[in-house]
Amino acid sequence: MSEISASETPSEEGARIIPISAARGTPPPGPSDATGPAGSVDERLAELLALLRRRIAGDYEVDEFGFDPELNDKVLLELIRPLYRHWFRVETLGVDNVPAETGALVVANHSGTLPVDALMMQVALHDEAHRAVRLLGADLVYQLPVLGHLSRKTGHTLASREDADRLLRKGELVGVFPEGFKGVGKPFSERYKLQRFGRGGFVTSAVRAGTPIVPCAIVGAEEIYPKIGDFSTLARLLGLPYLPITPFFPWLGPLGLIPLPSKWLIEFGEPIRTDQFDPEDADDPMLVFNLTDQVREAIQQQLDALRLRRGPAFPPFF
Amino acid sequence: MTHTVLVTGVSRHIGARVASALAADPGIGRVIGVDTVPPSSLTRDGGALLGRTEFVRIDLRTPDIAQVISAEDVDTVVHMSLVSEPAKSRSAMMEHNVIGTMQLLAACQRSAMVRRVVVRSTTAVYGSSPHAPAVFTEDTEPVDVPHSGYAKDAIEIEGYVRGFARRRSDVVTSTLRFANLMGPRVDSPLTRYFSQPALPTVFGFDPRLQFVHEDDVVEVMCRMAVEDRPGVFNVSGDGVLLLSQCVRRAGRTALPVPSPAFGVLGMLARTTGLVDFSPEQLALMSHGRVVDTTRLAATLAWKPKFTTAAAFDDFLQSRGMGADRTAALVDWLSGLATRR
Repeated sequence: MSEISASETPSEEGARIIPISAARGTPPPGPSDATGPAGSVDERLAELLALLRRRIAGDYEVDEFGFDPELNDKVLLELIRPLYRHWFRVETLGVDNVPAETGALVVANHSGTLPVDALMMQVALHDEAHRAVRLLGADLVYQLPVLGHLSRKTGHTLASREDADRLLRKGELVGVFPEGFKGVGKPFSERYKLQRFGRGGFVTSAVRAGTPIVPCAIVGAEEIYPKIGDFSTLARLLGLPYLPITPFFPWLGPLGLIPLPSKWLIEFGEPIRTDQFDPEDADDPMLVFNLTDQVREAIQQQLDALRLRRGPAFPPFF
Repeated sequence: MTHTVLVTGVSRHIGARVASALAADPGIGRVIGVDTVPPSSLTRDGGALLGRTEFVRIDLRTPDIAQVISAEDVDTVVHMSLVSEPAKSRSAMMEHNVIGTMQLLAACQRSAMVRRVVVRSTTAVYGSSPHAPAVFTEDTEPVDVPHSGYAKDAIEIEGYVRGFARRRSDVVTSTLRFANLMGPRVDSPLTRYFSQPALPTVFGFDPRLQFVHEDDVVEVMCRMAVEDRPGVFNVSGDGVLLLSQCVRRAGRTALPVPSPAFGVLGMLARTTGLVDFSPEQLALMSHGRVVDTTRLAATLAWKPKFTTAAAFDDFLQSRGMGADRTAALVDWLSGLATRR
């Protein structure tokens, strides 16, 4: 153990001088950094090597859900951030409605054929609210190679009562998309119409934990892959919920997988409190249905207002 | 009060360690160790010393155990005899595990002296599945119940233990579900797996693993043998290691193989007798398993001394393994970079 720490000191020295906040929130490293002092390049390199050393030696921590904060911040989010900033030009509103430290349940609409909206919400909460959101995903994700473990490493877990309760009890910010596949896989003609909200399991979890529910509306994801058809038989054969036909997929092959660059807005609404209820009320179906409807209404209203505010999906054209 | 503790499975490393630790406790009158073969410390050097443990050689699958329990006035039974891999054949292993437990519990049920029964089980009873919650508590309903091998034996054993606890509610029955054992002298499919030069992994999966150090296993078993702690408890070191992290810490190379090929490879390895890769092992290597240990910590006011990572590092150190070479390479690179 002592050997390791002794050999680590040179790289640590390099890392100590770098202000951590500088690396955060700024656009991805580019030519603008070259204007800094000449030493900073060496320092960045030293920091990178220190990171590389930790990664190669396996000297980092993951939590019980498999969340790897270092990999998430330094690699995974860096990879999707350009999409957030430059491709979809996401604007995030109402960040103050997201609790700074305590547990909360973010409930959002789901759309876009592929769950890109979940990733964009994750970047929004990381960059604007400085919180790691723990999204609850479908079990299909965890059956698939690569996707399953990347999803865990970026902080997501299976949408189950046990996992939701556990995360909320730990004071984490949990994100759910209650529409599930019904929302993300709905045809383009039904865009911005909220689908049914499952069984309201998310409400019971919030009531049990006494954490607020933050309604979230995401505008822009509906236009990235306009789903105009479905290979339903083939999808069933492959065990997938749907296999979309869009104006570009599968006609253009892999090129058809490039999302259309729609303009996005993400808004976090006023939190709906649940701490006035007794945790036992979570078993009262009427309360759960009413709260579910209340959240659903709030998101639908937010969606309609936000869509008006955005105007055309592909400004300045249409 | 003079205790007479019966420990099963003392010929295996961990059983022998528990027996010798109990024998070292002055509060315990007698320690009787039983197993089907003589303990290794008697046959060759290097085994754990059994201390003043009295060894009785009996076949656990026969009713002989009942004679020992009644003749020696045994009041505490520590059942460590759970084998995790087939020595001869799968059916022999099942007989050893399940029939052995049935005979033992039948003997306990007949005895008026037995007050406490402590049973070693495994967290493998939860299975590993993409449909299961990330963290299992003792009360989690298993989603995909393991259908074969060691895990199935453990599920059946736990079923018999529950039945026994119901019929003899005056006896304190504790079941301990241990995570994968790790430590300098642990010999399990998993420790043998990590000792290979290149480690086949399931392509596209990076399971979460948990380990419990052998020292902590011994301590928990000993505490349970002298205290009344009825119930089922998960036992694992704190924290989680991903398989990729283990591979890196071990300084080994991962060899990702597609999941069907991994199964075939496992079967081949099984026939060579090198490592045992059963279907549960494949599930574990794909989906991993993490348990919640708050119940044990709250009940005993004690936590395992080794975290998952510390237990694994101790294992690596004892085998002379580690990430020294790869780390040295990065250090050399960073030395070049900073000197420039």
